Amino acid sequence: MIDQVPLSHVLSVSSLMFFIGAYGFLTRKNLVTMLIGVELMLNAVNINFVAFDRYLYPSGINGHFFALFIIAIAAAEAAVAIAIFINLYRNIRSIDVEEVDKMKY
Amino acid sequence: MNPTLTIFIILLPFAAFVINGLLSNKLPHKTAGWLAVIAIGISTILSWQTAVSYFLQSEPYIRQLVVNITWLRFTETLQVDMGILLDPISVMMLVVITTVSLMVFVYSLGYMQGEKGFVRYFAFLSLFSFSMLGLVVATNLFQMYMFWELVGVSSYLLIGYYYNKPEAVAAAKKAFIVTRFADFGFLVGILILSYYTGTFDFITITNPENPAIISMTGISFMGISVLTWAVVLIFMGGAGKSAMFPLHIWLPDAMEGPTPVSALIHAATMVVAGVFLVARMFPVVVFHAPAALDVVAFIGAFTLLFAAIIACTQTDIKRILAFSTMSQIGYMMLALGVSGYGHEGLGFTASMFHLFTHAFFKALLFLGAGSIIHALQANDIRQMGGLRKYQPVTHILFLIACLAIAGIPPFAGFFSKDEILTAALASHTVYFGIATLAAALTAFYMFRLYFLVFWNNERTYAHTPHESPAIMLIPMSVLAGGSVVAGFIPFGNFVTSDLKSLETHVHLNVAVISTAVALAGITIAWLFYKRKSEIPDTIAARLGGLYQTIYRKFYIDEIYLFITKRIIFNLVSQPLAWFDRHIIDGFMDLTATATNWISAELKEFQSGQLQKYAYIFLSGVILIVLVVLYTYS
Repeated sequence: MIDQVPLSHVLSVSSLMFFIGAYGFLTRKNLVTMLIGVELMLNAVNINFVAFDRYLYPSGINGHFFALFIIAIAAAEAAVAIAIFINLYRNIRSIDVEEVDKMKY
Repeated sequence: MNPTLTIFIILLPFAAFVINGLLSNKLPHKTAGWLAVIAIGISTILSWQTAVSYFLQSEPYIRQLVVNITWLRFTETLQVDMGILLDPISVMMLVVITTVSLMVFVYSLGYMQGEKGFVRYFAFLSLFSFSMLGLVVATNLFQMYMFWELVGVSSYLLIGYYYNKPEAVAAAKKAFIVTRFADFGFLVGILILSYYTGTFDFITITNPENPAIISMTGISFMGISVLTWAVVLIFMGGAGKSAMFPLHIWLPDAMEGPTPVSALIHAATMVVAGVFLVARMFPVVVFHAPAALDVVAFIGAFTLLFAAIIACTQTDIKRILAFSTMSQIGYMMLALGVSGYGHEGLGFTASMFHLFTHAFFKALLFLGAGSIIHALQANDIRQMGGLRKYQPVTHILFLIACLAIAGIPPFAGFFSKDEILTAALASHTVYFGIATLAAALTAFYMFRLYFLVFWNNERTYAHTPHESPAIMLIPMSVLAGGSVVAGFIPFGNFVTSDLKSLETHVHLNVAVISTAVALAGITIAWLFYKRKSEIPDTIAARLGGLYQTIYRKFYIDEIYLFITKRIIFNLVSQPLAWFDRHIIDGFMDLTATATNWISAELKEFQSGQLQKYAYIFLSGVILIVLVVLYTYS
């Protein structure tokens, strides 16, 4: 059944997801929302990996492997990021990204 | 005596300089002063011993290198040595320098008593003695040049001793700059000479049979042989140090220093370094560069008369003596210039003889002037008069010195001046005429000074002038003794151009003429200045502009100022300064401003806004992807 869906459709979905994520990352001021944008981008990449694996190299599992790897990394990254947000909130009572500019020139 | 001991003659004053210089804040005045005196005292004893043992050798005397250390070795052929060269002129100079130094050091103990910077004064004075001694015993041109500059530095330091007095600072700068300018010629001369001969060594360079020297006479530059160029340039250094016209302008101003310094440096020793230099180069000059010798004679004769004329009009006691010094050095230069070699070398001997006797009586004159200044705290002879009652000892000693410089027999100046006049007569009548006229002027201006200070104008002083203490009078008496007896030394037996003995005797004709003109000069001075009289003022008024010109020292200082300020400053230095400020500095400023601006713009990128960074990053990635796609598709 899946064979009736061409690769390009899957890639379109993943691209759309990636740019939605990127848009969210670039426009949202709330750090949590930005983290959601990052997760969207990561998952778009995961879709790409799995899709290429399935359509181009059906015999191998490299793509699956990468996807799993990224999920693990994303989980770790989310944990670290949220820890940072909490600390940030404790310090400046805000998680607005525009107020975090202490480290400019 | 072991000749290597002579090194202590030089090292002892240096040790005194180092100790006094390093501990100048800690040492008590008395200790520092006596330390310097003892150091130079031992040097004096050693010098006399050296002189006695050197001149007791059988003739002809030899040039001895008693100490010779390779100091800088650049290549196999180019090396600079340090050492001690003993020959009649250097031994004679050792005696003169150490003796006069010792007298001046002792005198200074009294004269400088209680001055701020007393220890510093003795440190510099010791430095001077060390440098001057190192200069005269130099074994090579380079060593001489080094000590030559050291002498210039110590002269600078001592002229500027009263450094909170603006005139003293200006005088020190003037002395240093003028002599340094002259030393530039000296350096170029040394370089030319050593380039062709491949050595700095005096014994090789002054050997007239040296093939390298002879070959230098064959190479000509602008129609004059390179040897003559080299010697004339070296003489330029000598003229600067010896205050010969037109490089004499620093000497009158140098009188801003303490009076004992003027006695030692600017009368007896340093200013005759130029004469010594010419004497040192003499054998080669007389054979291979007679034109240079003519220059020496001409400049000597000119300065002789020029300075004597100016001295007649000055009113500052020390400036009169300064012009007198220039005039007397003119005698020495003239004598060297007209001298021949060997049997005809009377001028050489006469010059050295005059240097020797002049050191005694001129130092005495300055010390006498110091004694007067010490008592009156004034330099202007118009504020003096009748001092013979208050300072009887100074009066007698000053009179002896005046008689000696005027050339009245049997005082020292008579004998040396007689030899110079004889040598001048043998050369050219004009030189003889100038020298005789200057002898009359010398007698006149010295006795003008003497009568104005000690007779004339009996006045009452606000503070009665007192006689100076014994510590000042004793050195003066010793110098006075020298001024009386030095003339009887048979100088021709010791110091000659070819190291062989030369028969000299008083020439009756010349002696009669010179004594007669000297007496005439004294008589005129006596008539004019013994009592308060209208005659000098009348004559000055009659002469009008001419008198003003002479009084203003022929406007030489003004001419120098015109050349340096108007021409060099305005036409050369200022455009160069403008170029430097606007073009060179402007370029540098532009670089700096541009960097500054660019970095100010660039730092805006680092705004601390995370999303901006991400945006730029993403744009970059997209750009790269587009480029890659475009290239590979």
